[in-house]
Amino acid sequence: MLSVLSIHDATLVVDEKQLWKDLNLEVKPGEFIAIIGANGSGKTSLLKAILGQIKLTKGKIRFGLELVGKGNPHIGYIPQQRALDDAANILVKDLVRFGYSGHKLGVFSAFGKTSKKVKEALACADAVHLANKNFSELSGGEQQRVRVAQAIVADPSLLLCDEPLSALDLQQQQIVSELIKREAKDHNTAVLFVTHDVNPVLDMVDRVLYLANGSFSIGTPDEVFRSDVLSSLYGTKVEVIRNNNRIVVVGAGTQDHHEGDHK
Amino acid sequence: MNLVFDFSDFGTLVLLVSTSLLVAGLLGVLGGLVSTLVIQRDASFAVHGISELSFAGASIALLSNIDVTFGAIAGSMLAALIIGLVANKPKLRNSLTGVIMPFGLGIGILALSLYQGRAASKFGLLTGSIVSIGDTKAAPLFILSGVILIILVFSWRRLLFASIDPAVAAARGVNLRVQSILFMAILGMAVAISVQIVGALLVLTLLVTPAAAAARVTNSQLWGPLLSVIFGVTSAVGGMLLSLGAALPVSPFITTVSFTIYIICLLISVIRKKVRA
Repeated sequence: MLSVLSIHDATLVVDEKQLWKDLNLEVKPGEFIAIIGANGSGKTSLLKAILGQIKLTKGKIRFGLELVGKGNPHIGYIPQQRALDDAANILVKDLVRFGYSGHKLGVFSAFGKTSKKVKEALACADAVHLANKNFSELSGGEQQRVRVAQAIVADPSLLLCDEPLSALDLQQQQIVSELIKREAKDHNTAVLFVTHDVNPVLDMVDRVLYLANGSFSIGTPDEVFRSDVLSSLYGTKVEVIRNNNRIVVVGAGTQDHHEGDHK
Repeated sequence: MNLVFDFSDFGTLVLLVSTSLLVAGLLGVLGGLVSTLVIQRDASFAVHGISELSFAGASIALLSNIDVTFGAIAGSMLAALIIGLVANKPKLRNSLTGVIMPFGLGIGILALSLYQGRAASKFGLLTGSIVSIGDTKAAPLFILSGVILIILVFSWRRLLFASIDPAVAAARGVNLRVQSILFMAILGMAVAISVQIVGALLVLTLLVTPAAAAARVTNSQLWGPLLSVIFGVTSAVGGMLLSLGAALPVSPFITTVSFTIYIICLLISVIRKKVRA
């Protein structure tokens, strides 16, 4: 099966700090991969490299058969929820419409096929009733559901999620992450899901890419979240505790510490 | 009122200035669309800065006996491209504009004080002279407006996407830098046209106010630009028709109509909020 995304021998050094080295990753259609790591471990930088917004120090990234360029209309993108979003004064339906055809030349079509696709995407995200509201009037959870609709409206083959759950409460985290999982599964969309806490998506992920200490570890959650694996990754004694299907990583140090520590 | 307005020869006057009216209408459409982008990009101050450099260009052209339209375009495009290339963040853009603006104004005043020709030509660059636009002067304005309108129609949704939702737009393959420079180029050309009609000091009335007013009453990407165009045309054409009866400069009428529309929209938004609360 052809990979949606192939990362080949990728190394990224930013300000003389090595974020990751010789990273190899083949992402298959429909695969859900969580990218875990502390702040500054290079999670978001990896998404930026895939979007061509930063250059790798070494290595190549292919989207389909082609090397990645500056963004791509076949990639969907869900940004972090922020209190003051750039897109504050825009109607929800217009924001979703941007996701469908904003990258194309011409003026907006508010009717016909566009309107149908926008409605479908909003229906998937259970957000039809929000269509004529101001994006800024919505709650954090509602905003992220609309962001999911915006990201899937053009049927992308790859969905990049940049900490889409941060700033959401636990219940909203669950609703939004399950929505992303369901949509990805229904359309066989591959998902790269950046998060500092794996627990909200633990049941959904096929594989985990754990970034720490200038290195990484890839595998199923059971393969990666093991005391010996993470200890060798961090180069220090780390303990992984599983409790009620929640994972807590203890002793990863203050600099690279895992969100699970204090949740 | 009768001292100021005299509409007895109105029909004859309208015929006399039909070219100017057409220019005003076109400028209204252009202003409605460009102001929509200006508001979304939070670039109102940049408009002011570019207009002062456009004024400087036009003044230098007047002094050196070259085409004033050319001078206005050269000045505003230079300013627009400098601001667009150097400063794509609003904060940086504002401070850079604040630096460029007085310099442009100073150069313009210097050129005008050295100019020995008609005083009306001098004053016109600051406050506008739409009524004096003859057919020969109108032709380049028509062509330039047409070119900008075509560019706008082709690049409309990309420009808006990049302005409103830059992170997602970049991910979807929209080059933000290209859009930023394109926007400044469009703005530069629109300012160059406007300067010759409403003057450097009053450009904001056509390139900011229409969309600012529309934004008070709607957030829709369909109704916003549409209302903004209606407001722009109403201000430009309406202001001009009013000035015909008054035999006074056109700019104060355009600015007054434009301002009145803004106040009405502001009142509507305040009342709406009260009703909802």
